[in-house]
Parts: sequence; C-alpha cells; structure tokens
Amino acid sequence: MSKDIIATIKENVIQGRKTQEDVGIDDSLAGTPGVVELVQQALDKNTSPQVIITEGLTAGMEVVGEKFSTKEYFIPDMLASAEAVGAAMDIMKPVLESANVETKGKFAIATVKGDIHDIGKNIVAILLKGAGYDVHDLGTDVPTEKVVGFVREERPGYLGLSALLTTTMIEMGVVIKALEESKLRSSVKVLIGGAAVSDEFAQEIGADAYCADAFAAVKVLDSYRQAG
Amino acid sequence: MPRAGILVDRPYERLTKEQVELIHQASMEILTAPGLISFNEEAVNILHSHGAAVESIPGDHRSWRVKIPEQVVLSAMDSVPGTVKLGARNPDNTIIMQGDEPRVYLITGSETNIWLDVDFPTYVHKSDASREIRVPEFKPRRGTVEDLCQSARVCEHLDMVDGFIRNVNIQDRDITEENKDVNKFFASLNNNTKHFMSGLTSLGQLDNVVRMAELIAGGKKALADNPIISFITCLVKSPLQFVDDTTGTFIEVCRRGLPVAVSSSPQAGTSAPIKEAGIMAQINAEVLAGITLGQLVKPGVPVLYGSVPVRARMDTLSDSYGAIETSQYNIDCVQMARFYGIPNYSTSGVCDSKIPGQQSSIERLFSDIVVAMSGPQYLHCAFGLLDCNSVFCLLQAVLDDAHFKMIKSFLRQPRIDQPEMEAVRKQIRAVAATPQKLYISYIRPVLRSGEISGIYPFEGSGEADDVFELAYEQMKDLLARPVEHIDQKTTARIFEEIPGILPRLNVYERES
Repeated sequence: MSKDIIATIKENVIQGRKTQEDVGIDDSLAGTPGVVELVQQALDKNTSPQVIITEGLTAGMEVVGEKFSTKEYFIPDMLASAEAVGAAMDIMKPVLESANVETKGKFAIATVKGDIHDIGKNIVAILLKGAGYDVHDLGTDVPTEKVVGFVREERPGYLGLSALLTTTMIEMGVVIKALEESKLRSSVKVLIGGAAVSDEFAQEIGADAYCADAFAAVKVLDSYRQAG
Repeated sequence: MPRAGILVDRPYERLTKEQVELIHQASMEILTAPGLISFNEEAVNILHSHGAAVESIPGDHRSWRVKIPEQVVLSAMDSVPGTVKLGARNPDNTIIMQGDEPRVYLITGSETNIWLDVDFPTYVHKSDASREIRVPEFKPRRGTVEDLCQSARVCEHLDMVDGFIRNVNIQDRDITEENKDVNKFFASLNNNTKHFMSGLTSLGQLDNVVRMAELIAGGKKALADNPIISFITCLVKSPLQFVDDTTGTFIEVCRRGLPVAVSSSPQAGTSAPIKEAGIMAQINAEVLAGITLGQLVKPGVPVLYGSVPVRARMDTLSDSYGAIETSQYNIDCVQMARFYGIPNYSTSGVCDSKIPGQQSSIERLFSDIVVAMSGPQYLHCAFGLLDCNSVFCLLQAVLDDAHFKMIKSFLRQPRIDQPEMEAVRKQIRAVAATPQKLYISYIRPVLRSGEISGIYPFEGSGEADDVFELAYEQMKDLLARPVEHIDQKTTARIFEEIPGILPRLNVYERES
C-alpha cells in the first residue's frame, strides 16, 4: 500500500500537481489527490518521511529534471513540480524535525535594499525549496541590517542576494562587507544573481558564486554540499 | 478534413474601395483601348465570337489586336467559381479556397534551373589550431529529376507546406522536351501526397499527364471530384500580349476542366508602368483577359487570379523581388482578386539574395509577413528559392518552414471575449492574494494547448550562431523519412500506359 502511495506521489510530482484541484501536465490524474493530499495520507499511515522524500519527491524531481534537460518540459512545468515538493516539505517539516532528519541546508534569500524586483528571487526560492533546501525568503528592498541580523540569528549556510538594477547591485557588496565586519562572512556562502550582475562582479565584491539562473543556484548549492 | 490553412480574419488592405473601383475601371478601359495583342489565333477566334473586336496586325508574326468590351469580361466573370477545390493523393491534404475568404495556403514554386548543394567544411584558425569553425559552403549545379524527388519528399514533411509546385527544372541528359512533363509530374506525385501544380513544357503531353492523374485518382470522374493536379499558365506576356504557345496550352487545360492559375508577371518600370496605379491597372487587365478567355472556352472552369508583379532593379533592370514595392503590388492584387470573388494566386518570399543568409532571411520574411497578412488564398511563397527564383536550396526550404510557423502564430486571432475576461479576472485576483504574485502556474494549460508560440527552432547554444547547422540536421532527418509512394499496381499501370517515364523513377523496380 505504501509502495503504491509513494509511486503515486512520484507520479504527481512529475505531473506538477500540488493539490487535487491541479490538472497537471495532462488530464490523466485530474480529480485525484495531488502531492499535498498524498503526502498527508502517507504520513497518516506512518510511512517513513525518508521514504516519502527519497522515493517519492526526489525521485519525481529527478524525472522532471531529465524531462527539462531534453526540452520535453519547460520552466513552468519545473516550477509546478518544485512548488508541489515545497508544499510537501512544509507538511513534513514538523515530522522531520521531531525525527531529527536534516534538510539539505538553510538558505536565506533577499532582493537587496532599494530594489523591489522579485520574479527571479521567487523562482529561485521555489526551485530550491523543491530541491529540498530549507528556504527563508526575506522579501524585497531588504535593509542590510536585516540580512545581517538573520544570518546572525538563524545561521543559514547559504545566502542568496538578488538585484535587477545597476543602481542597486552595489548593495550586494555592502551586505558582504557588513557580514565581514560582523565576523559572519565565513559562516555563510553568498550567491548573487540578477540581470545586472555577472561572474566578474561577483568576484569583485567577494561573493562566493554568481548564478545566471535558478538552475545554476541549485547546481551551486548541490556542489557545495557534495564538497562537504 | 481538408487542410486548415491560415485564416486571416481582418486582412491587411492597402487600397480604399474607391481605389479598387478606379483600378477596375482603368483595367476595363485598357482592355478596349489599346486592348491586347494576341499571337494565338484560336484565342482571337474565341474572343471574337463572343463580341471582342479583332483586327489583324501586319508584320512577320501572325498577330491580332483584340479589344475586349467590358460587357464581355463581366459576363464571363459571372461563370467563374468562387470556390476552388484542389485535391490531393492524401485527402487530408485537400485545399478548398473561397474567393471571399482570406484563408492562406502556403505553396512551393517556381521551376528553378539551379540546385544549391550545402556542405559544412571545417576551418581551423591560422594562429591557433585548436580553434575550429564550420561554415556552410554552397555549390550550385543543374537540377535533376532526383533533386525534384528529394524536394518533393522534404516538402511532404514540411508542416507549413500546403501544396507543391514543382520547384526544380529537371535537366538530366535523358530528359527531353517530349518526356519532361510526364517525368516531372510523376516524380512530384510519387514523392508527395499534397496537391500538385505545374506548368506544361509541351502541350502534346497534356493528355498523358491528365491520364496519369486519372490513374492515380481512380478514374476520370474521381479526378474531377478530386483534382490532384492543376496547372499554371502565363498566357499573357506583359504588356498586354497573348503568347501563342502558353495561350494554346491554357485553352486546352480549360477544355479538360482542371483548375488553372491565370498568371501575369509584369515588371514595373519595363513591361509595366513604374507607378503603382499603372502596374495595378495593367496586371489586373491582363489577368482578367486570361480569366475571360478561360470562361469563354469552358464556363465554370476553376481558375485562380494569378499575380506575380515585380519591380525592376534600378542598377540592372532585372527583377527585384526584394523591393518593397513588389510586396505592395502583390497585396493590391490580393485585394483586387477578393473584389472579384476569385481565389488569388499570390507571391511572397522571393528574394534577390543568391545564398541562404541574412539578406535572404530579411527579404523573404518581410514579404512573407506582409503578403500573408493580406490574405491571399494560394500563396506561392518561394519555399527554398533564392536569386529571384532561379536557385533552389533544400536548406532554405527548411528555414522557410520555421519562419512560416512563426507567421502562422502571429496571424492567430485575438481571443478576447466575456468568458475569457471572466477567467482572467479570477486569475488576477487569485495571484494578487499570493505572497509571490507570479502567474507562472497558469502558463501550463495554455502551453499544452498550443496557444503559446515556440522559440526559434534553430537557436544556437550560447553565443554561437548554429542556425544553418541545425537546419541542415533537420533537412537530413526529413530526407531520411519515408513517403507514401503511389501503390505498386497503379505505378505499374502508369509505366504501361504513359510513355517516357524514366525507369529509375519506379521505386518498385528499384527495390526488386
């Protein structure tokens, strides 16, 4: 029974169906429970959260990734699946915490001070959450002190900074400098992204990585984890 | 189900109603003064017997001045069918055109002498051997019957090609005046299941190609019901002259009742006035003269108002299909044909460029877009043609197919109605209530329904321009795909009954 439900979770992740109301990639699963309902059912039946994650959610996302790389899927499909997984992770969070199961890591993300553009930031947040990271979205136009305060209090392993404008990208350097001055820089990997910035700019301000898009962010974080 | 074509709900029109009337009136007057010179005696007799004034012109060539009164033209126009069906070996490829409906069908053409081969040699950087680049190299050569087969095969698989006009002049050593028609018809029909249109090289072969079509369609009546072939004749040479041989061919085609495009191709500046008003009055008169003759030969014969106007280049006085005015003339002709309620054979995509590249893309895309927007029914859009239609290149045909997919997407009608607006209002309210405020989750159903246009299919990776290489790969893929040939029994009958078809075109003999 639990095998069946895990396989159905995986199938719904592939279809990008967060809830029963979602149609998915085609209408073959229309009207049936989505990832959120299925994960709840699985937890109610005492299915191991580890099994739900590895054999259901992650296995489904791997298929989605393959379909994306072969251009069968597009970004909206990838995001739908990531959102479904993210919602499932929200449901499982208390169970995981009580079972002492670790997530892939804590990731804070913010659009820097003076900049209100958030499309890219939001997409990064959805994808990373879907990839299993514990994402904390600090919002847009975030003052440097608030970012530094979060790092100090919550100790995220990773910090993502976003800026669209050439006038606001300099704030990224300000944040990094403030982290250094607060002796927090070594505790967190800083990733930057946005239309205005580049790899060269990342090096200039002392960021750890420049991510051209949300997929690059997932890759960079995964590479950090693999490197230990 | 016939092919859908592209319905252009609100076609682009350049002419006001008054301007259309002025062109019509001027054409009527031109048909009586000065009238046309006819080098074909039978046409003279037919027109004379229906009220045209005829006068012999002294000189070396037998010719007559023919003045066609307006009443003769208007009376003949009454019998022109407003709906023309062009059949196909595969019934799903049938084309049905209505003179008053701007539904565009995209057709190949014309008969080019030169076939352009493509190769991709690798060049190595002089000072750094590790740096290589592949650059397309184009090699022209004379077209052959095998080239025509290849072109027909690829055009069978190009989604945007609705019908096939033979596009390669077959110049093999064993092709003669006598066997050219049967070979070009068989090569095309055997490798393509879409409608086939062609001109005739020799009037003496007309009955052979019609018989071939009857055998394929399933008999005389079956061919009449499903005319898998049609003809194009340029019976009028500009300015205002009925040519002897093509007019003779046209008369015989009309007698057999098969669809025929009455085409005129004046060049503004040389064989027609340089000004728009002038070339329009003349080309309209020329096409109407041909249509009138056809209806007098056989009332009700399905005809297309064929217009291939072009402006002269000022540096050489040769055709300039890339000229902006050429597209303007074509759009005007579409409007004139619609005025008469006759399906229009129009032209776009012809370019001055000699090889595929930026010039060819710009020239052809410009005219393809604007002429398609005007809503011609039968658009000879020069798939694969270069150098003013004297060169054919398969690679260019593959590129053109991609361009036409974009044009088709562009011509979709807006969907803005009450149910749509209600759904949109709900969507906006729902997204406004979310923290992320993204509409991305609403994309998917629209994406799967095909409502969103695709990206350019030959997009390179990174900064590389891989268009040619990617199109070349697709071209090879299309060439390797099988086509549905004429069945073995019918093929055997065709080879028994129709003389002159090259044995190497019999795929069943080759296989055995």
